Amino acid sequence: MLYREAGDFSTTYRQDSQTFPIKFDRYRYYAVLLVAFAVVPFLVNDYWVNAILVPFLIYSIAAIGLNILTGYCGQVSLGTGGFMAVGAYACYKLMTAFPDVNILIHILLAGGITAAVGTAFGLPSLRIKGFYLAVATLAAQFFLLWLFNRVGWFYNYSASGQINAPERMVFGVPVTGPNVEPWAMYMICLVFVFFCGILARNLTRGSVGRTWMAIRDMDIAAEIIGVNPLKAKLTAFAVSSFFVGIAGALFFAVYLGAVEVGEAFSIQKSFIVLFMIIIGGLGSIFGSFAGAALLVVLPVVLKLVGVDMFGWPTDIVAHLQLVIVGLLIIVFLILEPHGLAQLWRVAKEKLRLWPFPH
Amino acid sequence: MKKLGLATVAAMMVGAPVMADLVFPSLSYRTGPYAAGGIPFADGYADYMTLLNERDGGIGGVPARILECETGYNTEKGVECYEATKGEGSLVYQPLSTGITYQLIPKATADGIPIHSMGYGRTSAKNGDVFSNVFNYPANYWDGASGGVNYLLETNGGDLSGKKIALVYHNSAYGKEPIRTLEGLAEKHGFELSLLPVDHPGQEQKSQWLQIRRERPDFVLMWGWGVMNQVAVQEAANIRFNMENFIGIWWSGSENDVLPAGDAANGYKALTFHGVGSDFPIFEDIQKYVVDAGKAAGAGDQVGSVLYNRGLYAAMLAAEAAKEAQEIHGVAEITAVQMRDGMEALEISEAKMADLGLPNFGPSFAVSCSNHGGDALVGVTQWDASAKTWSLISDFKATDGDVIGPLIDEDSKAYAAENGIEGRC
Repeated sequence: MLYREAGDFSTTYRQDSQTFPIKFDRYRYYAVLLVAFAVVPFLVNDYWVNAILVPFLIYSIAAIGLNILTGYCGQVSLGTGGFMAVGAYACYKLMTAFPDVNILIHILLAGGITAAVGTAFGLPSLRIKGFYLAVATLAAQFFLLWLFNRVGWFYNYSASGQINAPERMVFGVPVTGPNVEPWAMYMICLVFVFFCGILARNLTRGSVGRTWMAIRDMDIAAEIIGVNPLKAKLTAFAVSSFFVGIAGALFFAVYLGAVEVGEAFSIQKSFIVLFMIIIGGLGSIFGSFAGAALLVVLPVVLKLVGVDMFGWPTDIVAHLQLVIVGLLIIVFLILEPHGLAQLWRVAKEKLRLWPFPH
Repeated sequence: MKKLGLATVAAMMVGAPVMADLVFPSLSYRTGPYAAGGIPFADGYADYMTLLNERDGGIGGVPARILECETGYNTEKGVECYEATKGEGSLVYQPLSTGITYQLIPKATADGIPIHSMGYGRTSAKNGDVFSNVFNYPANYWDGASGGVNYLLETNGGDLSGKKIALVYHNSAYGKEPIRTLEGLAEKHGFELSLLPVDHPGQEQKSQWLQIRRERPDFVLMWGWGVMNQVAVQEAANIRFNMENFIGIWWSGSENDVLPAGDAANGYKALTFHGVGSDFPIFEDIQKYVVDAGKAAGAGDQVGSVLYNRGLYAAMLAAEAAKEAQEIHGVAEITAVQMRDGMEALEISEAKMADLGLPNFGPSFAVSCSNHGGDALVGVTQWDASAKTWSLISDFKATDGDVIGPLIDEDSKAYAAENGIEGRC
């Protein structure tokens, strides 16, 4: 009844091609933004920010990044953890080398550096596909981790090989370091998520995104109709790595504050981001958010229910968590290969017809 | 969403501050690749608190409550656990992970909650002038490195010049910690140091031990944890390396590490800062009040193992610090800030340990404002494969402050400069 196109007339091309063509959708989007920007910062406490909101926002950026590469352009990557490490270490080196420059610029530059590194590692994708490309990106993952663990310059020769984020301000409010307020941490991540989301959405529905999807669906056919595979694949790698790099920089500087490369950016990270886009939905920006939300919130909910509500031993709950996440992945792959995003799409179709289905 | 709402409500209900007890969070890991080390430690920590509750009615009349949170040795989960438990009046954090400790140092300092990283964490936290809320008594990694070298000096007539020592280490913040000290000691004593990193989790060490076989170092030191230890002991046995010359840090010296290699592990040595075995009066009480009463943590099968003892020791030090804090501030229900003062004033003497049923269990030491690391006394234990026991073969002895002191100064000053910390002492 509320969710439909009828009665919503577009009078300009701009209106006609907007992201949310349905009025209800549009208002819902504005409402979500309003709540996220103007309500949530006043309600959050340390626990909500550190355990749920900030990891969710950061993983969303990483998932959007990987989704561009894997979901839109069809290039499987297992190097997400390594590329996040590039973002984190780039941010650390920039933060310590140029302490007077604003941290926001450092994070963007870290994304840029990761884009360059990602493009370099994307070059093999011009020759190899599928599993073989997955193995090549896996090599990137291990090489990058080895590099950051091995070469002292990257961690400023600290005794333990750890990197620590010094305190940095945005508009006089600390956003990294020990004295950061929960709302500041949340806001800086939210701002990056907001702009990354808009950028990704508009890239994927524009001409660049169409070339990516053409390559994904059939690269030979795409080449015949005039898509340059070199350009399409490398832009996908660059844009994807840019997002992943930003996620890595935020993950290190804002969320954890201290990072040990082998532990924080291990192959585990690559898999968890891949699971997010598989469960959330390949080739969907909404899916990236949904997948990230599910995989961040689910362990916390299971823990709260198992340990705090029922008082089960912590190890049983931790094991149960592995079982449930594994089960979910299998169930999704069998029942809904297009992920949560497809459920959302189906729900929207149903809403359009409601209350008069035919 | 409904489930989440329910869970949140439940968490808030549980999470509401209950001031009637002393909360000791236990960021344990009973799962994952390092669970074999995490389980006995967590059990020992919990059992000691249970013993105090059952036998003495708590600490100074206030019951102690263990708040267990599973980290899986993972820093992200460690942060989640910290945030989840700190609101409940947590008194002191002992994360049993160097990575998580690094994470928590700035956070906990800002929140005014002390951290006790006993024998792990950031070594330079010994300098209490800079690290107000971090304690690493009674010994740290650099003491361990020096203690190991001192033991070698002692057994080799005081001269190591021209000898070769290899360090097999976990390629992480934890494993890299002793390198600087060992380099300093190598210069001082004229031995040659070679570094052999092993990547997480450490199941693959063939190439490292091949290198050891080729280079024939006189001694091997090891900084390992979890599955890495048992693989290393097995590999050392495979290349017939003399176990007498193989010394592990205290995290590489538990039953789990040597039992898989069977008789071949006989003679393997490990450093320690506390007693081994269950030949102490307190274990009778634990048997009576905890195990027999069915209140033992976990499966209850770890009593008396090396890491169980370490958990017990950690809990004992925490409880003693809490008593100290109660005395200083004259209140029974102390806060984290008061707990910090108690830890800073902590003094463990022989008489005190004997009173607690743990005679000669650890070195005697005193904490002060500028010294958060105790007196750095390190002992050596050796494994007897036929009796399946560890025994203390070298008493707790002093380590080389001349080498460690300046390094601690340098590292803590660098941290202070990075974070704009003024000295407090």
